[in-house]
Amino acid sequence: MTVVDPESTATPPPEPPRGVAAWRESLRASPATPVYAALVGVFLLAWLIVALRGGSFLTLDNVVNMLQRSVALGIVSAGQTLVILAGSLDLSVAQMISLASLLGAGQMDGQEANVVPAIALVLAVGAGVGLVNGLVITKLRVNAFIATLGMALILKGIIDNRWDGPYGSVPDSVESFGYTRFGILPMSVFLLLAVVAAVWFLLRYTRFGHHIYAVGGDEEVSRLSGLRTHRTIIGAHIICSLLAALTGLFLASRLGAGTPTVGPEGGYDLESIAAVVLGGTALMGGRGGVLGTLAGVFILAVLDSTFNELQVNAFLKDVVRGVIIIAAVAVYARRKGAE
Amino acid sequence: MSEAPLLEMEGIRKSFVGVEVLHGVDLDLRAGEIHAIVGENGAGKSTLMKVLAGVHAPDEGTMRIDGEEISFAHPHAAQAAGVGIVYQEFNLLPDRTVAENVFVGREPTARGVVDRRRMERETAALLDEVGETGFGSRTLVGRLSVAQQQVVEIVKARSLNARILVLDEPTAALADHEVELLFGLVRRLQERGIGMLYISHRLREVFALADRITVLKDGGLVKTLATSQTDSRELVHLMVGRELDAYYPPRGETDDFGDVRLKVTGLSTSLLRDVSLQVRAGEIVGVAGLQGSGRTELARAIFGADPMKAGTIEIDGRPVRFRTPRAAVRAGLGFITEDRKIEGLALAQSIADNMLLAVRTVVPGGRRRRSTPGLMSVKELAAATDLRARGPEQEVRFLSGGNQQKVVLAKWLETQPQVLIFDEPTRGIDVGAKAGIHDLIRKLAREGVAVLMISSELPELIGMSDRILVMHEGTLAGELPADARESDIMHLATGHTEAAA
Repeated sequence: MTVVDPESTATPPPEPPRGVAAWRESLRASPATPVYAALVGVFLLAWLIVALRGGSFLTLDNVVNMLQRSVALGIVSAGQTLVILAGSLDLSVAQMISLASLLGAGQMDGQEANVVPAIALVLAVGAGVGLVNGLVITKLRVNAFIATLGMALILKGIIDNRWDGPYGSVPDSVESFGYTRFGILPMSVFLLLAVVAAVWFLLRYTRFGHHIYAVGGDEEVSRLSGLRTHRTIIGAHIICSLLAALTGLFLASRLGAGTPTVGPEGGYDLESIAAVVLGGTALMGGRGGVLGTLAGVFILAVLDSTFNELQVNAFLKDVVRGVIIIAAVAVYARRKGAE
Repeated sequence: MSEAPLLEMEGIRKSFVGVEVLHGVDLDLRAGEIHAIVGENGAGKSTLMKVLAGVHAPDEGTMRIDGEEISFAHPHAAQAAGVGIVYQEFNLLPDRTVAENVFVGREPTARGVVDRRRMERETAALLDEVGETGFGSRTLVGRLSVAQQQVVEIVKARSLNARILVLDEPTAALADHEVELLFGLVRRLQERGIGMLYISHRLREVFALADRITVLKDGGLVKTLATSQTDSRELVHLMVGRELDAYYPPRGETDDFGDVRLKVTGLSTSLLRDVSLQVRAGEIVGVAGLQGSGRTELARAIFGADPMKAGTIEIDGRPVRFRTPRAAVRAGLGFITEDRKIEGLALAQSIADNMLLAVRTVVPGGRRRRSTPGLMSVKELAAATDLRARGPEQEVRFLSGGNQQKVVLAKWLETQPQVLIFDEPTRGIDVGAKAGIHDLIRKLAREGVAVLMISSELPELIGMSDRILVMHEGTLAGELPADARESDIMHLATGHTEAAA
């Protein structure tokens, strides 16, 4: 019999480090750190290549431009991060974006007075779509891939039936949002940072965020631990679709009107998943975070910008992007295996 | 012991897809009581506990806590009512910290935000209380050993302030000194008036801890006994309906053994040093040793799953060198792994698919396979291994442990192996099914297969083996004849020589 006397063996557990040391530790532990290292690497490499070709990469305009183009993909990907962390997936975001742009611009119809109700309507529709996605996945037990693919087709059918070209218009105040700058940075970049910050806070500091990691890590374990897993998955889908709707509104403000193809043409469904995975989040869920996703989005933006600058053939561009995504995931798999 | 039962379960019935697995079970638990539940695998213990935990809703029957009738719609409700469960298979998230695991689903909040500090502080206090200093509340669970994860499980259940605690095979993965630590913890909880349901295969533990014992068999209640009024013989009799004497099949006769089938000379790997052994056709050679002595590594190296540094292997006198398990299978080796669920079976696939998995990979398909002599049909394999299942299409995960092991065996039988290596062939298998597996192994040997059998259960090794090899720290510590004593094996396994003892 091992007798444990609490008085004599009570070595206090190591104090959690504070200050700089704590920062360093959390930086080392964070799954996002290597992604940012990769971002810096890609950025430097792109700079070098463009500079060697006699182009200019590191101009203020170009960097601001890259940031601005990251906004739409960044917002969708933040939502996609939540569902993927929860062990799910959303392929309906691209159609959701189109629908949101059409509904938003249509409801606003160029009138200032309609802006708030239009935004409210679009966000309500977004939440509704997310709710349906979540319910189908949890209650009907349809695999997330199929459930959201089906939802994408349903939304596409509705859109194609009702609209065949640009529709509605946004009032000047909304349109100017897409172009206003605050200092050197466009307002829209702050919108992206606000969304990412909100999702980061949600994941790190709320119970809902902890539950997302738990459910994505192992749904059965979470359920047996007394967690209401369905609520968590449904909640993640609602936020994801809400953020897709927000992206649609943002794109409508940029374009001045809603269009049926803005979502699928931007490839936001697969691109957002690519950004999340590139950002170090496990596709099976439970591991990763939104900061990595942001870096993933920036990496894709730097690649885009570089290819444009070099005027590379569009097909080659896709090949390179494909190679980079696969290589990134292979590297993460090795890291995980080495632990 | 107080008068009113803390928990009463009455007439609990439960069916899955039309098959009734609990036929009206009664159970009661008093405050401060340790109530053991024993029974063979498939007796319904785990299902009964899952009903109590709110995982499965019973089809019929009532449950009362403190005399008040209750029903749980969700595990959450059971937790709230004071029921905590430590499951047999760990329910932890490897990518989360200890504190996050302990408080999963009930994270404390302050002003709407998860109070990480409090979570870690309280977890550290709980770890302190059980005397765990090897890791802290911020360690990732994936980095902990199995025994440490067990501690996290118990701390997790304890942090719920559960008044009813279910421990499902809590010692299955623990070393002896860890078991003692667990017993101390269980007794401390008992003093605080917590009622515990203790499920275990190990009767020794049951007698050491329990106040009362309930025996389940085939989903029904056999009897509830006071521990002081029974003994292990009676319990085993109630569990399996027979005495344990005719447990092992008769050994082989030395004259019947054929030529040397497997010969290993000077085998070294990163963990093994200079191991030599031989197994003759028809012979069962047991391999004993403590956890970590290199038994499994030996099997893996022979099978080509781990790289060899030095040494030679001969099969039927021909030198061979396997770089992959596939090469070993083609040369007539079979390896029945320790962990069926991870290495031995595709759980979601049918019995038929699993049985044919190995043979399909080494014998070309189509007409050639059908014309290969000696191959058995799935039906014949099932008959040969005495498999009990609903049909060849049933998914393997719905089978009991014993029947799963028979599927693994059938898979290897189909490749017509000359040499079979068993690693813990009866781990986690109930008493009745064990005898069936033992019979099968002996039958195979009699048909000329050379068998190398690794086991941690000394009675099994002694009962089954024609010779016993003992391993210690990566080397062969010695060889013992068939009727060796347990103490002789332990002396060699722990590195004490006869003289030193």
